[in-house]
Amino acid sequence: MLKDITLGQYYPGDTLVHRLDPRTKLILTLIYIAALFTAIVYAGYALVVLFLAVSILLSRIRLRNILSGLKPLIIIVLITGILNLFYTKGEHLLVHFWRISIYWEGVETAIFMALRIMLLIAGTLLLTYTTSPLQLTDGLESLLNPLKKIRVPVHELAMMMSIALRFIPTLIEETDKIMSAQRARGADFETGGLIAKAKAMLPLLIPLFVSAFRRADELATAMESRCYHGGEGRTRMKQLSMARRDWIALAVGVLLLALVILFRRLGI
Amino acid sequence: MTPVLQTVRLTHRYSEGTPFERVAVDSVDFSAQRGEFIAVIGHTGSGKSTFIQHLNGLLKPSSGSVLFDGKDIHSSKEFTRQVRFRVGLLFQYPEYQLFEETVYRDIAFGPKNMKLKDDEVDERVREAAGFVGLGEEILGKSPFDLSGGQKRRVAIAGVIAMRPEVLILDEPTAGLDPGGREELMENILRYHDGGKRTVIYITHSMEDAARTAQRIVVFNHGHIAMDGTPREVFRRGFELIQMGIIVPQITRVMMRLRELGLDVDDSVYSVDQAIAALRETKGGGDRA
Repeated sequence: MLKDITLGQYYPGDTLVHRLDPRTKLILTLIYIAALFTAIVYAGYALVVLFLAVSILLSRIRLRNILSGLKPLIIIVLITGILNLFYTKGEHLLVHFWRISIYWEGVETAIFMALRIMLLIAGTLLLTYTTSPLQLTDGLESLLNPLKKIRVPVHELAMMMSIALRFIPTLIEETDKIMSAQRARGADFETGGLIAKAKAMLPLLIPLFVSAFRRADELATAMESRCYHGGEGRTRMKQLSMARRDWIALAVGVLLLALVILFRRLGI
Repeated sequence: MTPVLQTVRLTHRYSEGTPFERVAVDSVDFSAQRGEFIAVIGHTGSGKSTFIQHLNGLLKPSSGSVLFDGKDIHSSKEFTRQVRFRVGLLFQYPEYQLFEETVYRDIAFGPKNMKLKDDEVDERVREAAGFVGLGEEILGKSPFDLSGGQKRRVAIAGVIAMRPEVLILDEPTAGLDPGGREELMENILRYHDGGKRTVIYITHSMEDAARTAQRIVVFNHGHIAMDGTPREVFRRGFELIQMGIIVPQITRVMMRLRELGLDVDDSVYSVDQAIAALRETKGGGDRA
């Protein structure tokens, strides 16, 4: 069912990870990704995995939720893994039949690549699981603030993002409802060829667009009647502030990246 | 007589196997005979909407079954499809499902999906439009240019054009003005046609339910809490209030009288009944 999509899902909580400033979490995620792509040796990987594992433990997000978030990517992970398995040439031949040969190096790369993708997603999932969409966009806006100097409409972009995130569940629910209503009138969304299927989507898409425009219109009116006029001079109810724990977390992140780079240099 | 619709230990769980799992409908046994006019009430989240979506096969039960004319509606794909047309379901705020360029084509969507011949479709569209009081001149207009009340009528005509044997409506009068509500209830009664067709409808308004339905089914926490004639249901007014259902004002007046010690029949739901009940009460006749 559509309702089961966990995209951008937020699991409220009151753990250290939840309490971190969203900016800290955003920067940490970037550091984590950088470390992940720098790590090419076992020790480096181990460190990255350790970092993620500790973060997950601290956040009290159940591993099952992370795994279910990874589920939609199984195919991408598998394809990447298989391609790497067959196309990596090396010295230690493992299997050879017909025109296919698998090297030990291929197995290694395949595992590492699959692991890398999964770790990448798991890390970003942890960010969205522990940070509410509102906090996330606030953090993003604050981090991108310097770009205002070169006339990037940072506030407007952030506002657009939070509105979009806010309306995803609403639109999913709406889609579900309209689909049911049309199916009750005999609409068939499943069978038929590509063209028949595309045509069958019209009774779904048209009402969905109409209602999205209506909602946008209503939202704009509601915002204007509350005197919204962009980011100029706008204050916040919840000010972002960096606490001691944020600096410590960032220091840990920097240390992680430094160690991973060191391990890569040393080649252990 | 075989009931036209029947559910056997119907259970529906949302998000099965996730931490968000929730039982919306819990082993409900229900049956409707041909020609009945049934009102379904219950407060928000009592499972009534989920329940009715099983009756035309839109939702598949997690366990239990739904029978149409004694046959499981999920017994074959073809039968499920047939049941969709024979059990017409009108959703809440149905005007948001309109999509065609003209009113005519929108009403024709259902009949066309039934693979009827063009002249049959034409006849049904005109009949259904006339039934809900839409004039010829409206048929060529875009549904998006109509007023809210007219859009609602178009949506209802879209279901009626399939000529379902059972018509199910989810809060059909929500958001309409009193005049519109009145007209719509009249239309539904006319579709019921004195018992030729079956009507099941969800409503929040106990007044509506009491006035039109022969039978009221009360949902609470995914179960059927009460099932009977309006009087039988209203006799349990106190329980209704505990379930978060708003009972008619006149019923509440009578309940209060009873509380104050007057031995009066408080299963009434209209002013006339209340007057009659008061007259019957000991000594009431003299004073009236």
